[in-house]
Amino acid sequence: MTACWHAPLVAACLLALAPAGASEVVPLQVSGDAIGQPLHGLSGDAARGALVVRNRETGNCLICHAIPDRTERFQGEIGPPLAGVGLRLTEGQIRLRLVDPTQVNPGAIMPAYHRVSGLTNVDARHAGRPVLGAQEIEDVVAYLASLKE
Amino acid sequence: MRAGAALLACCWAATAFAGEVRAPRAFLSPELQALQDDPARHPGWLWVEQGEALWRAAPPDPGKQTCAGCHGDITGMSGVAARYPSVASDGALLNLELRIERCRTEQQGASAFGDESEALLSLTAAIAARSRGQPVNVRIDGPAAARLAEGRRLYSLRQGQLNLSCQQCHEENVGKRLRGDIISHGVGTGYPAYRLEWNGLGSLHRRLRACSLGVRAVQAPFASPDYLALELFLADKARGLAVEAPGIRR
Ligand code: HEC
Ligand code: HEC
Ligand code: HEC
Repeated sequence: MTACWHAPLVAACLLALAPAGASEVVPLQVSGDAIGQPLHGLSGDAARGALVVRNRETGNCLICHAIPDRTERFQGEIGPPLAGVGLRLTEGQIRLRLVDPTQVNPGAIMPAYHRVSGLTNVDARHAGRPVLGAQEIEDVVAYLASLKE
Repeated sequence: MRAGAALLACCWAATAFAGEVRAPRAFLSPELQALQDDPARHPGWLWVEQGEALWRAAPPDPGKQTCAGCHGDITGMSGVAARYPSVASDGALLNLELRIERCRTEQQGASAFGDESEALLSLTAAIAARSRGQPVNVRIDGPAAARLAEGRRLYSLRQGQLNLSCQQCHEENVGKRLRGDIISHGVGTGYPAYRLEWNGLGSLHRRLRACSLGVRAVQAPFASPDYLALELFLADKARGLAVEAPGIRR
């Protein structure tokens, strides 16, 4: 477990989270409660992001969240509904909450989608890899930022 | 600020659920509740009947006794499942499946039925059904205490690529919808259970492997020390709840 879950300062977390040898993960650059810059400077595509969010194998966000789409069956209610999230949060704030929500709330239930350190007993097929790659994160950020009502 | 508020919310929710564990049956749809309650329509009863036949069946070695030969009628197994898992005289923590396998190999001199085999599931279901409605009451003193502590540790350990503990789902989010499921308190009183998704009967450890896979954690083998310790912890958590096995699940 990362000691950083209990550290009061985000700065203390940054050290603990700098992933050693995790080439697939972009190093964290947090300012305040946001990651202001797109990962690797990539630009996101909202239409692709909408697919990642719905994908039951990769993002699988709908096990825990509802999105404003009545045709999707079996939406979750563990996390807040994502309708209007583009009004509530900036792109940078959304990015940090996807990359590693424990930076915002140490007890977060939502998985860190772009972090590989501090995990226990990861299945070999997924070990050392983030749930979503940098491009997928940017696509999802673009999609969520477009949810303005 | 946000973190503080969220932490408070988390702890309030935790205390709100502390102590209160509802039976898994309470989380089933009315249709599945009716099916679980009706042996005439419950598909799991096919395994119960098969298990009762195996109870009386001659072992491969004609010089050895049947289960019934030593234990008498299977009605004598009433209340046994409510006491499992349990520590055997040699100190090993045994669930009902392992206890049956011991008799199979040591008393009947046969090879083990095998994890998740139809024969083992059938005998387990037949024996567990004899405790239906009886309150779970496992021993947690003596040598069981350390295994219980291990189970508790595993229960609150965040695991897998999705970094979730059993507790985060089965205590902090009970009653909420996760995909098509309503999250229950996650106890084992209905196992072995007939799961529609499996199209057959499966053990508690098969269900635990599904939960491990769900968070992309290493799936422990059947009857592994980790799952046995968790099974004991779950049985202690379910203390006083009725045995529901064989359960019906989606
Ligand atoms: C296991 C459940 C779970 C999964 C899976 C999950 N989330 Fe979350 N999410 C939560 C919870 C719970 C919160 C509230 C903060 C917390 O406690 O983690 C949250 C918060 C958020 C927030 C902040 C919302 C706000 O209004 O503050 C965003 C954005 C978000 N999730 C997006 C996503 C996306 C996109 C995915 C899929 C890539 C996803 N989540 C997958 C449970 C989940
Ligand atoms: C030769 C006699 C013998 C045969 C045959 C036998 N058992 Fe046993 N069984 C025992 C003994 C002795 C114990 C108690 C062992 C102990 O307490 O350490 C026991 C214990 C058990 C228990 C646990 C009971 C409790 O109260 O905890 C179960 C369940 C069980 N046997 C099932 C079976 C099944 C199923 C079969 C057939 C596959 C079987 N047994 C065949 C002798 C036998
Ligand atoms: C991401 C959330 C999640 C996590 C983490 C999780 N489970 Fe589950 N579990 C579920 C869901 C959903 C079900 C099916 C609905 C139900 O019965 O709760 C389930 C079912 C179960 C059941 C069967 C209950 C029944 O009556 O059929 C048991 C037992 C269980 N889980 C134990 C565990 C244990 C032990 C762990 C930790 C190793 C764990 N779960 C981790 C979501 C989770």
